[in-house]
Amino acid sequence: MAASLQSAALLSNRIDPHRRLFAPPARSLPGRKGSILVVRSDGRISGRLSGRNLITNAVAAKADTPTSSTDSKPGHELLLFEALREGLEEEMDRDPRVCVMGEDVGHYGGSYKVTKGLAPKYGDLRVLDTPIAENSFTGMGIGAAMTGLRPVIEGMNMGFLLLAYNQISNNCGMLHYTSGGQFKIPVVIRGPGGVGRQLGAEHSQRLESYFQSIPGLQMVACSTPYNAKGLMKAAIRSDNPVVLFEHVLLYNLKERIPDEEYVLCLEEAEMVRPGEHVTILTYSRMRYHVMQAAKTLVNKGYDPEVIDIRSLKPFDLYTIGNSVKKTHRVLIVEECMRTGGIGSSLRAAIIDNFWDYLDAPIMCLSSQDVPTPYAGTLEEWTVVQPAQIVAAVEQLCQ
Amino acid sequence: MMSAFSAAKILSPPPFVAQFAAERSLCPFLSSPSALALTRSPLRSTRLPRTPLAVSSDVVLGQKPLASSSSTSHNEDVGREAALVLYEDMVLGRVFEDMCAQMYYRGKMFGFVHLYNGQEAVSTGFIKLLEARDSVVSTYRDHVHALSKGVAARAVMAELFGKATGCCRGQGGSMHMFSSTHNLLGGFAFIGEGIPVATGAAFSSKYRHEVLKESNPNGLDVTVAFFGDGTCNNGQFFECLNMAQLWKLPIVFVVENNLWAIGMSHIRATSDPEIWKKGPAFGMPGYHVDGMDVLKVREVAMEAIARARRGDGPTLVECETYRFRGHSLADPDELRKPDEKAHYGARDPIAALKKYILEKNLATETELKAIEEKIETIVEEAVEFADSSPHPPRSQLLENVFADPRGFGIGPDGKYRCEDPKFTEGTAQV
Repeated sequence: MAASLQSAALLSNRIDPHRRLFAPPARSLPGRKGSILVVRSDGRISGRLSGRNLITNAVAAKADTPTSSTDSKPGHELLLFEALREGLEEEMDRDPRVCVMGEDVGHYGGSYKVTKGLAPKYGDLRVLDTPIAENSFTGMGIGAAMTGLRPVIEGMNMGFLLLAYNQISNNCGMLHYTSGGQFKIPVVIRGPGGVGRQLGAEHSQRLESYFQSIPGLQMVACSTPYNAKGLMKAAIRSDNPVVLFEHVLLYNLKERIPDEEYVLCLEEAEMVRPGEHVTILTYSRMRYHVMQAAKTLVNKGYDPEVIDIRSLKPFDLYTIGNSVKKTHRVLIVEECMRTGGIGSSLRAAIIDNFWDYLDAPIMCLSSQDVPTPYAGTLEEWTVVQPAQIVAAVEQLCQ
Repeated sequence: MMSAFSAAKILSPPPFVAQFAAERSLCPFLSSPSALALTRSPLRSTRLPRTPLAVSSDVVLGQKPLASSSSTSHNEDVGREAALVLYEDMVLGRVFEDMCAQMYYRGKMFGFVHLYNGQEAVSTGFIKLLEARDSVVSTYRDHVHALSKGVAARAVMAELFGKATGCCRGQGGSMHMFSSTHNLLGGFAFIGEGIPVATGAAFSSKYRHEVLKESNPNGLDVTVAFFGDGTCNNGQFFECLNMAQLWKLPIVFVVENNLWAIGMSHIRATSDPEIWKKGPAFGMPGYHVDGMDVLKVREVAMEAIARARRGDGPTLVECETYRFRGHSLADPDELRKPDEKAHYGARDPIAALKKYILEKNLATETELKAIEEKIETIVEEAVEFADSSPHPPRSQLLENVFADPRGFGIGPDGKYRCEDPKFTEGTAQV
């Protein structure tokens, strides 16, 4: 008990924003794109400090202004979909070969307004309104990528990309290999997925696991306006085909992001909250459920370390490994389905690499293996809720 | 005029055609021009004439006559040089494919190998009109498309043998021929898969011209997509016809209608077997041409490619052709009737061109023989090269999975590493 009180005291020091214990990845260091500050467990920070405060714990409620923001903070505030748009726009300005294609991305501005205003600015060919033919326009994007363009293909809902699965798996994933390295496919396939608010089964799909096994595909999931913009830019600049998973419920998150240009690293995870007792690995919307649970856990005397893995393929085993070596307990919280999901792969990867460091079996909280029901109550029970996370941590730390 | 090139339409349809035609009151094997067929087609009257806005109506309704398809002689005789180029290319395709069959049965290549014997006129007729900057997209029956586009025979043969010196480093195989230098964008195993990729390449061409302002004085880069009759029932075909016409992409859709999709006869699979008619349905011209006659194919190709280059949009060309061998080397080919095979065998495009050349005195028998021998040497040398080439080493297994492999595995020292120490990118060597 005393130990946990003591650690609680340490904790309250830890989350003091002015201590700058975890700064965001700095503005691009010259000569090194996408460098990230790595926050070590003892508070050391490598890399240059940006000299700005950060959100210490983002909460599940939408449009919450960060508790640590001050009036004189530099940067500008925007919503997540605006951050995506900003990233996209910056990349389109920077490289004329970047183009967007998808349904209703042009004149309509995107079904979630991510591409609003881009078509009047760049023209109908650069922001292409396609007919409803996912398989074919995804293939078209792939053909365009093979011949020098850098398309960003939007699926109006990630679920629609199931129709494009043939092209994504066979062509997007494979052509660099089967052509012996002659053609590269620098596409970004993005779209909103995940369980929303009673959108029904087909519009509430968690497809991370479906695309996971495709060789040749890289996957990232954004969760805050800051990382949404950074990952969008990084994905566009990457020569690999990248699937960028966005979440329907996160589009209206507000955050203050730097004015300067920054690009995040696609393969690295984000340390949301350093801790000592247990490593909680999460991504996308579940990050907010985890942080909400973290508040409760802190009150109960636990010190969870929360990592937003961001990179779903490949896993950032370095950051994850360092965390496992410190806390020896792992809880994975994901929205993906239990069977064959990201959590399953992550569990396997941790067991393969860090078995000796584990003091307890890895727990994995995933969505139920059901098509998302329409009824609100049922839908709520489909995904992992903060109460379950708290219970899991308590069980893990016994 | 010799019979091979004088036939504007089949003198009498083969028996199997008559049977089906009687059943369906439709003769699906027209060698006649689309213009004539249009007026005879029973379906025409049931369709409202719908003129899409962007294309002039006479083109859409296919009434623009093509001299090559309707007359008994060609508009312009092909000159000696052109004829010899065509001849050499077709002979290369034929000899190469025959050698593939030999090598397969000797256990030098494995898997699914789909040979192009009999269809050479289509590949040669189209591809020999293209420039280096133009792209070709094919299917699994892609060896000859690769050869026509300029990929070295030794590179293709080495790829078929699975050697590291193959055009795709041995990683693609028979069904995945790629060449970035020759703008051959594949080689696709699933039918219909390549058509969107071709549409994308055409989109790229239009984009370069309109957005990047990188224009070529000779016009847009053209993409030619080859696919078969079976593919024309696939969704991707229709979706891409729509998009290509919608945006006036510089693409030519070439249907190699050899009447059979493995064992499925085209007539048994298709409600309206006249594929060229599906072009006007989307607003683009649809042509039907005798695919066993390289000169006829070439004339239609010239028109279609010029149209695309001008920026007038896509064309659908249906080439009636035939494969002399089975679907693949594993196909026992039991369903096709001998008289059908004989009918098309008599219209061998190489024999026909040879006759034409000799008749028109464009070259002597000796010169043609010399070309044939030269090709034999090239193909034999290709086999020797492939035989003596090394197999890919184990280290090649994980190469080329990602263009940027940096992120795949981050080691304990903070440096990026991947499972295999030599996880790097590489390009094919020829």
